[in-house]
Amino acid sequence: MDKFKPPIGKFSQINGYCISLIGDDIDTDRIIPARFLKCIDFDSLGKSVFIDDRKTLKGNHPFDLEAKKDASILIVNSNFGCGSSREHAPQALMRWGIKAIIGEGFADIFYSNCIAIGIPCFTLPRNSIKNIQEYIANKNLFFEIDLFKSTAVSKDLKFNLEIKETTKKMFLSGEWDATSNLLENKYLIEKKINELPYIQFSTN
Amino acid sequence: MSQNTLFDNVWDLHKVANLSGGSDQIFIGLHLIHEVTSPQAFGALEDKNLKVKFPSRTVATVDHIVPTDNQSRPFKDNLAEQMIDTLEKNCIKHKIKFFNIGSGNQGIVHVVAPELGLTQPGMTIACGDSHTSTHGAFGSIAFGIGTSQVRDVLASQTIAMNRLKVRQIWCENKLSNGIYAKDLILHIINHLGVKAGVGYAYEFAGPAISALSMEERMTICNMSIEGGARCGYINPDEKTFSYIKGRLYSPQNENWVQAVKWWKSLRSNESSIYDDVVKLDASKVEPTITWGITPGQSLGINQKIPSLKDMHPNDQFIAGEAFEYMGFKPGQPIKDTPIDVCFIGSCTNGRISDLRVAAKVLEHNTVANHVKAFVVPGSEQVAKEAKEEGLDKIFIKAGFQWREPGCSMCLAMNSDKLIGNQVSASSSNRNFKGRQGSPCGRTLLMSPAMVAAASITGKVSDVRDFISK
Ligand code: SF4
Repeated sequence: MDKFKPPIGKFSQINGYCISLIGDDIDTDRIIPARFLKCIDFDSLGKSVFIDDRKTLKGNHPFDLEAKKDASILIVNSNFGCGSSREHAPQALMRWGIKAIIGEGFADIFYSNCIAIGIPCFTLPRNSIKNIQEYIANKNLFFEIDLFKSTAVSKDLKFNLEIKETTKKMFLSGEWDATSNLLENKYLIEKKINELPYIQFSTN
Repeated sequence: MSQNTLFDNVWDLHKVANLSGGSDQIFIGLHLIHEVTSPQAFGALEDKNLKVKFPSRTVATVDHIVPTDNQSRPFKDNLAEQMIDTLEKNCIKHKIKFFNIGSGNQGIVHVVAPELGLTQPGMTIACGDSHTSTHGAFGSIAFGIGTSQVRDVLASQTIAMNRLKVRQIWCENKLSNGIYAKDLILHIINHLGVKAGVGYAYEFAGPAISALSMEERMTICNMSIEGGARCGYINPDEKTFSYIKGRLYSPQNENWVQAVKWWKSLRSNESSIYDDVVKLDASKVEPTITWGITPGQSLGINQKIPSLKDMHPNDQFIAGEAFEYMGFKPGQPIKDTPIDVCFIGSCTNGRISDLRVAAKVLEHNTVANHVKAFVVPGSEQVAKEAKEEGLDKIFIKAGFQWREPGCSMCLAMNSDKLIGNQVSASSSNRNFKGRQGSPCGRTLLMSPAMVAAASITGKVSDVRDFISK
């Protein structure tokens, strides 16, 4: 997709139209079925996101609706992204155009994969998500998300988003882009490998 | 906050630093890689001009995409060939040990590492695969990571991670005859729900757990992730040590003595404090089968599929979806549900003891006419051992296809797939929509013994009827 630019460095603001997916426990196999894991880069995944669900709904899946094609904020229910560790799932969402996700809750590995590639995930209580989803069913919703204040604001709605303090800091500081950060402690890493008993007695 | 559990001990030992964002920098003692989640990580490393920091701490094999019928190279599937080729090149370039097809040690990454003695108590183990939790069976802290974290481990041998809470799942009494580890873990996930484990490490303990063999313990820990727990583990004991002893990469001689001493020191004990404790009675577990589209939607062989009104409101939405997708009705018994395909394999139940149990059920029986049944050993070692014991012959004689090792129809990235809305009785771990390769294919998860029983009758059956015969 030509509109794709991966996020880099620190950021504090995400503005965009919302798209909603209703349902708990939406797993990674649904986000991107396993047959699309046969690739050595992530570039082509955007067009295959939710492909089987979309085929079943014959053009009526939110990700196929003309009115939602520019959306970048995904609204979901609970345990979103459960299942596999495949980063292909958030990568596919990101390459379709998703920049932030607001939901009732997320599966652990999916959540950390999102953070690792620069998609902040926020939570809201079930009722608030329901309000947003009902609103989106009728109208377009444009949210301005302020990471620092943890708010999502539109012309008629306002929510205080929840996000782990550690995650929030990672985006505000750019630390989510982890590798260089980890390598800063290279002396501590060397020290650690020399301390661990099993490194001495293992034979590989 | 938990204290003094094995999880806490291992975590503290591997902590390199507090990161400014509040998470911990954790050293990864063993890093396992395969062809699906590593190529983009190596790519990212090159983009950043970085090297693999400790190549000897990473081990590779190939499992997800390998064909299980004809493994001659180049593979018929171009994309699969490209993936294995990329892994081969990356391993050579970065001097990473690679157990390729034909090495005698290739197989599903979570089957291979324990059988080579690479998996040991007290380690942190990471792999770009959610079922890395399997290795917790040995008292290691093992979890799945995404591709960006694979890149981080390659570059720094560490990842940034928030400490998990610890929930002990205490299993009283013992499993009865004909009930297996798979039934127990399906029962646990059904009991606690598929998201209860989010943010937790699960410690499985109690007499029912101690009584399990190492391979059964792997089945339990393997599916922790299906209960939402990124990591599941069991404290190491004499069974653990004797399983590890004498394997290719286990500590030898004087090192062995020291290792065992150290392993014993890590265990949770009377002073351990947990964030949560759940108790259940293993003697109440029946042969357990899933009827829906999450591993939590399961029931005992003699139960009826529940109706929406009997469920917690939070479970109703996904149950509604499951009814629509599976075509089952509330109140319908699960027993006698017709089966089209039987699959024995995967990192949950593709080990030698799984094959032995299934072969025992199949001996002197034949697969029902309409059923396509196949068995995919978890590794080349498992296949070899099975052949030495003549298990392959029993399977073939009964009407099973005997295949080469790999992940196969657990996720259907090779050519083994369900067709249309076929119903599969599967010893794997996920019954998600479309998981076994057909967008409308239906998966019933169960123990390998139950799969074997289903293959004979062509419908969901109680394996105890076969065992007592
Ligand atoms: S057997 Fe299945 S669950 Fe296990 S690693 Fe392979 S694909 Fe994943």
